[in-house]
Amino acid sequence: MRELSLHILDIVTNAIEAEATRVIIDIRESQQEDDLRIRIRDNGRGMPEEMVRQVSDPFVTTRTTRPVGMGISLTKQATLMSKGTFDLKSTLGKGTELCMRFRLNCLNRVPLGDMAETVINLIIGTPDLHLCYQHRTDKGRFCFDSYWVLGRMAENDWSLYQTIAPAKEFLQDKIKTIESLG
Amino acid sequence: MKTLADLRAIKEKAKLEMATREQTAKYRLVVAMGTCGIAAGARSVMTAIIDEISKRGISDTVVTQTGCLGYCDQEPLVQVMQPDKTVITYGKITPELARRIVAEHIGRDQVISDHVFMQS
Ligand SMILES: Nc1ncnc2c1ncn2[C@@H]1O[C@H](COP(=O)(O)OP(=O)(O)O)[C@@H](O)[C@H]1O
Ligand SMILES: [Mg+2]
Repeated sequence: MRELSLHILDIVTNAIEAEATRVIIDIRESQQEDDLRIRIRDNGRGMPEEMVRQVSDPFVTTRTTRPVGMGISLTKQATLMSKGTFDLKSTLGKGTELCMRFRLNCLNRVPLGDMAETVINLIIGTPDLHLCYQHRTDKGRFCFDSYWVLGRMAENDWSLYQTIAPAKEFLQDKIKTIESLG
Repeated sequence: MKTLADLRAIKEKAKLEMATREQTAKYRLVVAMGTCGIAAGARSVMTAIIDEISKRGISDTVVTQTGCLGYCDQEPLVQVMQPDKTVITYGKITPELARRIVAEHIGRDQVISDHVFMQS
């Protein structure tokens, strides 16, 4: 995939499929430390230890419809290709935490891409999900908490569609502000 | 620049306006957001759908996401759940086609037959 934000969309979709009600996306970028860290935590059903090992291996799959290229292994590949590190922890009945870490300025690192679009799509696609998006750089930080901004929403809450354009604009502005080199 | 408080205010206002509208969903649009869908462009498809729905002020349609539907070579896939419970699945959707689905299928109840991949 061309953007880390697409991998993030995929990983959070896993969490939603695992019945998570709360997901935290935490991104930390530091030019000074040449470091990019992406952490995604959910309170879904979790995985047994054996499965955590299996899904991290790019050539092992539990799906029968398709031999390779599942989401987690693709994400891991994207991380390792740019000499990053990948870490997956999960506890049955508690939740899952996935961590990717890169050298921010590594030349062949996949770009972060459009996080505003990823967050907005997740909120529309699963409006009752409590999604927390935290993003920090050397320039500043912000936190977007879907419950705080929009309240807990039912899927037939039409006012969501009227709020989504300004919400996206807000996210884009915030991201631009903390990413600008000043 | 908007603040979080501004967003909350916009949401509250929209909620009041919407309270007077029809509250049952006529159509449900489901975007397949599995790995295969995302890799094929499902995110821009969903963005186009959301944009078109809010621009047209459509208030009787719900957009949701689902995982892999098992037809990876046809991704991006969008399912339209119709009022009569039948399901029309469109395959190989571009953002342009997604906008047409909102305009023609949702807006005017006209199925875009050329792009239907499955019907059930
Ligand atoms: N956040 C999660 N919580 C619980 N189980 C998960 C989570 N993410 C992945 N899994 C399990 O790992 C499997 C493999 O995930 P993934 O590599 O994304 O492939 P896929 O989603 O296509 O099955 C999933 O089918 C699911 O059983
Ligand atoms: Mg997956």
